[in-house]
Amino acid sequence: MPRLSAAARHTVRFTLNGRPVAGQAAPRTLLSDFLRHEIGATGTHVGCEHGVCGACTVDVDGMLTRACMTLAVQVEGATIRTVEGLAPAPDRLSVLQAAFRRHHALQCGFCTAGILMSLDVFLKAEPDPSEDAVRDLLSGHLCRCTGYTPIVRAALEAAAELRDAQGESAHA
Amino acid sequence: MKPAAFDYVRAESVDEALAVLREEGSDARILAGGMSFMAMLNMRLARPKVLVDIMRVAPLARMEEEKGALKIGAGVRQARLLAADGLDHAAPLLAKALPFTGHAQTRSRGTVCGSIAHADPSAELPLCLVTLKGHVHLKTAKTSRKVAADDFFTGMMATAKADDEMIEAVSFPTPKGEGTAFREIARRHGDFAIVACAALVSGTGIRLGVGGVADMPVARDFPLLDGSALDDALNALAWELDARDDVHASARYRRELVRRIGRATIEEARRCRA
Ligand SMILES: Cc1cc2nc3c(=O)[nH]c(=O)nc-3n(C[C@@H](O)[C@H](O)[C@H](O)COP(=O)(O)OP(=O)(O)OC[C@H]3O[C@@H](n4cnc5c(N)ncnc54)[C@H](O)[C@@H]3O)c2cc1C
Ligand code: FES
Ligand code: FES
Repeated sequence: MPRLSAAARHTVRFTLNGRPVAGQAAPRTLLSDFLRHEIGATGTHVGCEHGVCGACTVDVDGMLTRACMTLAVQVEGATIRTVEGLAPAPDRLSVLQAAFRRHHALQCGFCTAGILMSLDVFLKAEPDPSEDAVRDLLSGHLCRCTGYTPIVRAALEAAAELRDAQGESAHA
Repeated sequence: MKPAAFDYVRAESVDEALAVLREEGSDARILAGGMSFMAMLNMRLARPKVLVDIMRVAPLARMEEEKGALKIGAGVRQARLLAADGLDHAAPLLAKALPFTGHAQTRSRGTVCGSIAHADPSAELPLCLVTLKGHVHLKTAKTSRKVAADDFFTGMMATAKADDEMIEAVSFPTPKGEGTAFREIARRHGDFAIVACAALVSGTGIRLGVGGVADMPVARDFPLLDGSALDDALNALAWELDARDDVHASARYRRELVRRIGRATIEEARRCRA
């Protein structure tokens, strides 16, 4: 039974966006701080640090996860995806990201990384969601700029585009 | 907002977790989904010396039908229960209430038993457990006991669980042939309820559970009342619950919600049975 002492830092290893990473964390280090300060992956944002705003949402082993409510030592061995892993190439946006840009679904961008991760995981499980289902999902995020409507539009358009792409590849 | 320092134990078995609780008593706390507890740690409302993470203890992730009840282990996350095949037939009240418990982003990590342990007076799962007359299975390094929901919740975020005990599982009875309904009023969907109501209607009576009003969820049985007799019974219940004023709502508004949402929930459960 591993017992990690409060007084020391411990090696934490996991897969981040397809690459193995490792760093040192005290037991109390939050995953959000570990990602940003130890790994240097600053795409994940930090807002409230008590689970309410959703800015820090990442994908841990397929589960949407508040990185501010998760300890780095809890994700030892996990597979984690963050906003840095969404774009297929450094100069290309994902379908969802491109839809966000077209619809002005972001202004200051503070909430965006978390919302993109939620939608990315959600659209895989529900490729053809209703507007209500998208709004229900977005209830787990706060955006102070957009009023949400452009985000809903972008999500529905991205979903349609992803379905079309799926259909084409199935027929190819 | 960062937690104070603590040791972290990644328990590999129930016995290991219980051994730490036995040695460290109130200095040790269980960490499950973290969706309530991490906020308390970040705000330093809690400062345990040791956290015992139970989420890698495989046997705790069990969920099974047992003697007319659905028994849910401490490792079962809310999202897994909500996605369980046939939940709306097996446990319709849970299927109706769970979508109100937080958001997709918190149900993905938060556990069923963690919500019961946390005992927030507005939380949906404790309300369902009390309304369905469920049980909490508690375990220490040496003993096990099974406590009825009504005896488990003892006050605002207070329970009958001792410091060296953990919740191993909770059992939600799955009665057949009853109409069920769940309603709640919150400022936004996914917020904690200002008032939540759960109703069960059988051929012989009504059981109504109310959350968010008293310091803990409370359920009462009524005969099959109608019309003004039902209004009178709900009015009496609304006063009995001793509603609080707080930043979210006045006591008077809460009483009015018990009368109105209580009635609407009972009527919906009746239609559901018919
Ligand atoms: C933004 C947001 C909105 C939310 N909205 C709601 C809501 O509307 N309704 C609602 O009901 N909840 C809501 N919650 C809380 C819910 O998500 C939590 O999942 C739940 O309250 C606690 O479960 P957990 O597994 O996360 O427990 P943790 O946070 O890990 O633990 C909570 C407490 O229970 C103890 N504990 C946990 N498991 C055990 C066990 N097996 N034995 C003994 N003690 C144990 C811990 O020591 C701690 O004291 C919300 C949370 C957030 C962040
Ligand atoms: S920073 Fe994690 S939810 Fe706000
Ligand atoms: S774009 Fe500014 S908070 Fe959402």
